[in-house]
Amino acid sequence: MQAPPRIQAALLSLLLFGVLLGIWQLATRPVADTAARPLSAAEAEYAELMGQTAATGEAEKSNGFPTPWQFAATVAGQLADPFYDRGPNDKGIGIQLAHSLGRVAVGYLLALAVAVPLGFVVGMSPLLQRALDPFIQVLKPISPLAWMPIALYTIRDSTISGVFVIFICSAWPMLLNTAFGVATVRREWLNVARTLELGRLRTAFTVILPAAAPTILTGMRISMGIAWLVIVAAEMLVGGTGIGYFVWNEWNNLKLSNVLFAVLLIGLVGMALDLLLAGLQRRVSYGD
Amino acid sequence: MATETCVDAHFVKIEGLGKRYRADQPPVFEGVSFSIARGEFVCIIGHSGCGKTTILNVLAGLEAPGEGYVFMANRQLTGPGLDRGVVFQGHALLPWLSVEDNIAFAVRARHADWSRRQVREHGARFIEMVGLAHAARRKPAELSGGMKQRVGIARAFAVEPRMLLLDEPFGALDALTRGTIQDELLRICAATRQTVFMITHDVDEAILLADKILLMSDGPRARIAEIVVNPLPRTRQRETLHHDPLFYGLRNHLVDFLVHRAAGAEARSATLPRLVQFAGEGTGDASAEPGPVRMPVPARRMVSAAGRVHS
Repeated sequence: MQAPPRIQAALLSLLLFGVLLGIWQLATRPVADTAARPLSAAEAEYAELMGQTAATGEAEKSNGFPTPWQFAATVAGQLADPFYDRGPNDKGIGIQLAHSLGRVAVGYLLALAVAVPLGFVVGMSPLLQRALDPFIQVLKPISPLAWMPIALYTIRDSTISGVFVIFICSAWPMLLNTAFGVATVRREWLNVARTLELGRLRTAFTVILPAAAPTILTGMRISMGIAWLVIVAAEMLVGGTGIGYFVWNEWNNLKLSNVLFAVLLIGLVGMALDLLLAGLQRRVSYGD
Repeated sequence: MATETCVDAHFVKIEGLGKRYRADQPPVFEGVSFSIARGEFVCIIGHSGCGKTTILNVLAGLEAPGEGYVFMANRQLTGPGLDRGVVFQGHALLPWLSVEDNIAFAVRARHADWSRRQVREHGARFIEMVGLAHAARRKPAELSGGMKQRVGIARAFAVEPRMLLLDEPFGALDALTRGTIQDELLRICAATRQTVFMITHDVDEAILLADKILLMSDGPRARIAEIVVNPLPRTRQRETLHHDPLFYGLRNHLVDFLVHRAAGAEARSATLPRLVQFAGEGTGDASAEPGPVRMPVPARRMVSAAGRVHS
């Protein structure tokens, strides 16, 4: 099979992007009859009570779905000043993202520090593997958000609870992948270590760790994906700060273009995190 | 002096080795006893399932024998050690390390106190020895099968073991590559007077490399049926080997064993291996051990059976 040429693929992507923009533009174009219709007396009065000027026929559609052009204006506005802070309910997108990333980083790194060494030990010991298996099988499928009430009750701090939820959801893939990677290191390589009279610790660090590294990194990549999925939901629930809270807050403000912007940003940041770990994975992987 | 020669002749001694994988099944092999002299090259041939690899693993210390003992230089071997170098069937190089790092990994295990430079220089000598200096920085995945196996051999030699164990090292290589590496191995072993124990499926390989060929009967209850002393001079070479008048007699004997006698009752019931020595024309009585069986040298003829045992 021939790999598709890069330029053609890029052109096709651009074309699809254009088509999507076109559909978006068509779907959100202002509908003529409602805008042109003169307002009734009651509607005008209501509008006045709501603090809007009824006179403008072309009222700014702040509560409608934004057109691509309106969205572009929002993006430009947000990016022009991403770090402003005007009280608890009005912070720039950069600050919100930093909060989310900070929580993910702390929860994820804690999970890494616990799950990888534990997975290493579990993978080396068939006894532990069997003994811990029922716990892992039960705990793994629990939705991380289900832990939230328990976390909130025991920890009594919403930020730490968010971190805990990230911790608990990213620990499992890392634990299981590390255990699997360590348990399936080729017997041959271990025999090489034995014939060279390497100690247990040296075997662990110079043979088992590099041999299992690609599998461990796969687990880390899965965990990062899950952590970034979960932080948005957790912040919606807990509130206060973060990109998830931002989405929910803008939904309550009915600022759909801000919601849309945040959604796009969540996707981009998620992609960047995945690329980061993919790069790491490439560095430790080996051909055989 | 007498004890020293005794140690030399029985440098490695295997006594009554047996292995049983399941209690309700007969042992795979039993009563396996032989010895390897210092500097001797011993090959073991037998059909699959007779336990050759298990014997090698026991010698390497990677597997515990069910019964029996292994001694090297009068000391019993109980586990793996740096005094025995193993070349594994599937080369077993660490794929995340380059060729020189793979060798350095082994050298550092042997000489923990060496500086980085010493380790590198020592390793470079062995990479040179197998002719891979140009590929020293490559990863195993970037090497051909023959090159990988050469690195495996260099790694085993680099720790300078007292005995080298080779588990069918050339099985996966094409004939041309196999020939080249056989020549190299022969040259290196002659130069270093290395003691070698090797598993092979290839009769010609055994004749080229081995001083002594152990023939195993079929399992279960496999045992060493015959110990064949290679009558060809130690200076044998691959190109001229088949011109030696003794070559086809020896080859036919080995092939006949594998094709007919390995599964036969005689081979399987023997308690002690038969010592087989070929007497060449003009060579007098050269038997040293009691009860040798001398084979007449048959007229030179082509061998119909394949020289390589397929399993």
